[in-house]
Amino acid sequence: MRHALLILLKRDLLLAFRHPNDLVNPLIFFLIVVSLFPMGLKPDSQFLPMMGSAVIWVAALLASMLSLDNLFRSDMEDGTLEQIGLLPWPLSALVTIKVLVHWLVTGIPIVIMAPLLGMMFNIPPEGIRALMLTLLLGTPVLSLIGAIGVALTVSLRRGGVLVSLLVLPLYIPVLIFGAGSVWDASLGLAIRGPVLFMGAILVLALTLAPLAIAGALRISLE
Amino acid sequence: MWVWFHKLGSPPYFYRFSTIVLPWLAVLTLILFSVGVVWGLYIAPSDYQQSETSRIMYVHVPASMFSMSIYMVMAMASAVTLIWRIKLADLVASASAPIGAAYTFIALITGSLWGRTMWGNTYWEWSDPRLMSELILFFLYLGYMALNSAYEDRRRAARAAAVLALVGVVNIPIIHYSVEWWTSLHQGSTTRGTQFAATIDPSMRYPLFVMMGAFAMLYAQLLLKYTRCLLLDGERNNAWVKEMVKQHAA
Repeated sequence: MRHALLILLKRDLLLAFRHPNDLVNPLIFFLIVVSLFPMGLKPDSQFLPMMGSAVIWVAALLASMLSLDNLFRSDMEDGTLEQIGLLPWPLSALVTIKVLVHWLVTGIPIVIMAPLLGMMFNIPPEGIRALMLTLLLGTPVLSLIGAIGVALTVSLRRGGVLVSLLVLPLYIPVLIFGAGSVWDASLGLAIRGPVLFMGAILVLALTLAPLAIAGALRISLE
Repeated sequence: MWVWFHKLGSPPYFYRFSTIVLPWLAVLTLILFSVGVVWGLYIAPSDYQQSETSRIMYVHVPASMFSMSIYMVMAMASAVTLIWRIKLADLVASASAPIGAAYTFIALITGSLWGRTMWGNTYWEWSDPRLMSELILFFLYLGYMALNSAYEDRRRAARAAAVLALVGVVNIPIIHYSVEWWTSLHQGSTTRGTQFAATIDPSMRYPLFVMMGAFAMLYAQLLLKYTRCLLLDGERNNAWVKEMVKQHAA
């Protein structure tokens, strides 16, 4: 079982790094969306630090969601997913690995890029620290919830917009706690509560989402 | 009781049963609505603080109350669909979604109209947690309906949508509390609906109850009607439907 998970992990990471474009595009998208917002405002706007936390979080949400499209699609098309479904080990554990790979190749880079963008928005250092911490806790949740939406729509020909309809409302709690605590931290307030809450959401998503993803994939594979 | 319940799962039995029940439901809905509307909008006293606008309550409170309960009905029917694969449960869930979305929409519109008098000159107040929860619930309904209609194959659509409904049900409390936490940051808690309902005068409470009953009956009636439509559509190649159509034609 552990061996199978390791092989899957290695395979998916290898696949991801063999397509560097797919890897980089969501990050470029993240960068562009974030830098569009200040351009929509006046150059000397004082709202920047206040908006920054929300804008970076929303952009992270969108980047994570858009990059999810590839999570199961190519495996579905070449039949790999069916083979994975036939393995004697629980599908929920196997898909968790796939989600983990997605988080490693998009979530982690987003967390690393965030301080740079935060500085562009004049967010104070305390805020940037909170931004990285909440993104670190929040992006795996985004990957997990998003994977449910992708698994439900992978067998449909046009899943793109549909996934966002399904998934974005479910992202709202993460957005609220994430962006809210960044703003609080930049004001010098304590953010222990919302950060703990985000941790709780992560644990809950980690326990329940794989079951939903596996169930949804079984329906898509029928 | 259980035997009857199992029988109800069979499409022809359900169809005959609903044919008998529907006219009664229609009469009951009509009576409750006429009594509730006249009582609530004309006879009941208006609130001394909010004047006549408080009468929006008689539509708003039942609609928002049942917008949540209908999602619960949908989720329970979805669970039944996934576990026992009863065809009728899926139809009940699918039929509930547009009705629930409509109730949510009514609750949102009446809420913002009512809120305008309480919040001052705005129709929309981002800091009201219940308004936010209701809006997100509306999104969840729309997502469910979008997924349900995206699949061509009815059985797969049913099961995919059922998974989504269950995911949504797990999320609703989380969304609710996160919204509440978020809005409490911006300002102190607004007028609490529950306290309002507890302290409400009997002269206003009873018409409210009548309207709640009316909305419940309306839901039951629309649900049965829509489920029947979906049932006929799905079973159009079955013998009992053909026979029934023949009888009608004769």
